[in-house]
Amino acid sequence: MIVHPVLSWLKDWWVGIVETYGLPTWFVPAAQMVVNAILIAGFIAVLVLFLIWLTRKVSAHIQQRLGPMRVGWHGCVQTVADALKLVQKEDTTPRDADRPVFNIAPFLAFAPTVVAFVVIPFGDGAIVRDLNIGVLFLFAITTINVIAILAGGWASNSKYSLLGGFRSAAQLVSYEVPLILSVLGVIMLAGTMKLGAIVEAQNAMWFVVYQPLGFVIYVIAATAEVNRTPFDIPEAEQELVSGFNIEYSGMKFAMFFLAEFANMFLVSAVAATLFLGGWKGPWLPGEFWFLAKSFAIVLLLMFFRWTYPRLRVDQLMSFAWKFLLPLAFLNLLVTGLILVLM
Amino acid sequence: MTPETAYRTEEFQVNVGPQHPSTHGVFRMVLTMDGERVVDCEPHIGFLHRSMEKMAENRLYIQFLPMADRIDYLSSIFCTVAHCEAVEQLMEIDVPARAKYLRTIMMELCRIASHSIFFGVFALDLGAVTPFLYGFRERELTMDLLEMTTGQRMTFNYCRFGGVADDLPDSFFPTVEKFVKVFPARLDDYDRILNENEIFVARTKNVGTVEASRAINYGWTGPNLRASGVDFDLRRNRPYEAYGELGYEPVVLQNGDCYDRYRARILEMRSSHELIKKCVEGLPEGPVQAEKISKFPKVPAGEVYVRVASPRGDYGLYLLSEGADKPYRYKLRTPSFNNLSMIREMLLGVYLADIVPIFGSLDVILPDVDR
Repeated sequence: MIVHPVLSWLKDWWVGIVETYGLPTWFVPAAQMVVNAILIAGFIAVLVLFLIWLTRKVSAHIQQRLGPMRVGWHGCVQTVADALKLVQKEDTTPRDADRPVFNIAPFLAFAPTVVAFVVIPFGDGAIVRDLNIGVLFLFAITTINVIAILAGGWASNSKYSLLGGFRSAAQLVSYEVPLILSVLGVIMLAGTMKLGAIVEAQNAMWFVVYQPLGFVIYVIAATAEVNRTPFDIPEAEQELVSGFNIEYSGMKFAMFFLAEFANMFLVSAVAATLFLGGWKGPWLPGEFWFLAKSFAIVLLLMFFRWTYPRLRVDQLMSFAWKFLLPLAFLNLLVTGLILVLM
Repeated sequence: MTPETAYRTEEFQVNVGPQHPSTHGVFRMVLTMDGERVVDCEPHIGFLHRSMEKMAENRLYIQFLPMADRIDYLSSIFCTVAHCEAVEQLMEIDVPARAKYLRTIMMELCRIASHSIFFGVFALDLGAVTPFLYGFRERELTMDLLEMTTGQRMTFNYCRFGGVADDLPDSFFPTVEKFVKVFPARLDDYDRILNENEIFVARTKNVGTVEASRAINYGWTGPNLRASGVDFDLRRNRPYEAYGELGYEPVVLQNGDCYDRYRARILEMRSSHELIKKCVEGLPEGPVQAEKISKFPKVPAGEVYVRVASPRGDYGLYLLSEGADKPYRYKLRTPSFNNLSMIREMLLGVYLADIVPIFGSLDVILPDVDR
């Protein structure tokens, strides 16, 4: 409701220029792509800065502290200062590391997250590409993250990071299954994989009402997907010191960090879109509702993080395969039965 | 490729420590791992060895008094109480009743401070960050009381031969009253955030189980021993200072796993809180220092073995004097060393992730191990 008119005005203006000066027609889609890319990258950058500040503040208040207070109002530009510090840091590579893989892993972790934002509907019409296989695309592209973490862990040539990488691979592959199964119920209800259409289908009622079990499974599996406590085993600080990213420093470390926080928002945004009616809401613009719902889920994940201890690897696996998976199947079965009978 | 060589797993070694977030100081383990399972563990200690015993033998009794605080810095008052008691027993000094009570109050406050840190660090070891700060919040309450009495926050240097350094300040009583009032509620908070947390229980129940006989064989003492079902506490069985008059029932749990070792400490904080309440109520009037004690005593020849129930277990001090102003032999039996001695046996066959709670639940403190 906000983004869409601005963008279409911009597009009309650009089309006008292209026509007036007789420029090649491919200038129009090319410019669109550039604008979209800048918008998403800028959004993620600002978002992550805000999310890190939010994490610090939320954790501080849960722990009866104040959190950052010095840089800016209530420490609001603390993260900017930290980012500047990270940029200045020496970029070290371990001597025996597999250099090409080591160097590419952080970017491999970050890129899929950016790409996944392409199909997220931020508001009415504020979606870069409403693919007809939106949900499938989303989960397919975010899975690449595993490879990045495994590659980073392996290429560092450190035992801790290797263990972290292995754990991560095992965990992400396990939790991918209940995650996708929990979303299938929504797809069955909406009858489409287009994220925009799924939001439209929730006009009368949010899907969380029809799919409460699916929503719970999704939130649990998504917490594991983004390696948050109680499922932060890949980077278990007390066992693996820091897990797969132990050897990274400077901007490469920042990339992993960026990807982690962007992913956290991504799964929350997907939850808001699939279960909580996306940008639908009264009076206020859709973008506001979308962000409000997404941040509600983000806060939920943060509360998990600052409340729970960490599960053990085997407990985590048996929880996924013996508990979440059957539950997800049950949810699917019940949804199917109801759809057939009604 | 033959099938045997097609799939081959290899054991590999992981070096945990001396710089590692969960070794609580400088403890090193060389682990042989089969995937996530521990096959062998080779513990290394001694990174913090300061030869405390030898230093004690080369110093006047009074000179070692502030150094004794540094043996176990989280429960420093227990080390000085043992030092003073040993000297007092050899010199046959009668400590005034008020001094005994003051020592007891300070010891119990220090025990709560030490266990609060244990609570926080143990939760942090399991990945829960918030209890860590809660633990430090409660520690701050006891620290305030200790600070206003002794002037220090870590190494108190409060005991003197024949008494204590100073009487309580006036501001102590309202503060301790406040502490006594709020502390049980804070312990209830602890129960809610960890005891009733399913993940916490899953991580600690039946992990690192030690049965009573094994605990006794390895010389375990303190909460670790009592968590394994052995009903022994110096404060009741061999009372010293004011414990005999106060009457104390130790906390005994049965399972001997990490969960019970954790519970034993939480329950002990409750009983310490009771003891402090009783002490403050029944605090006798009188001097806090026996009269006519030389600051540089020549201790009569003889030997003595003093045991003090520190938060980690029995802190033993064997003192052999030949009548000089320095000890001839000053042998320490520190609880952390004995509690840590079983670590290899406990770690065999467990998951990598279980090392942390097992090691953490022993609540060892490395300077106390290495001395």
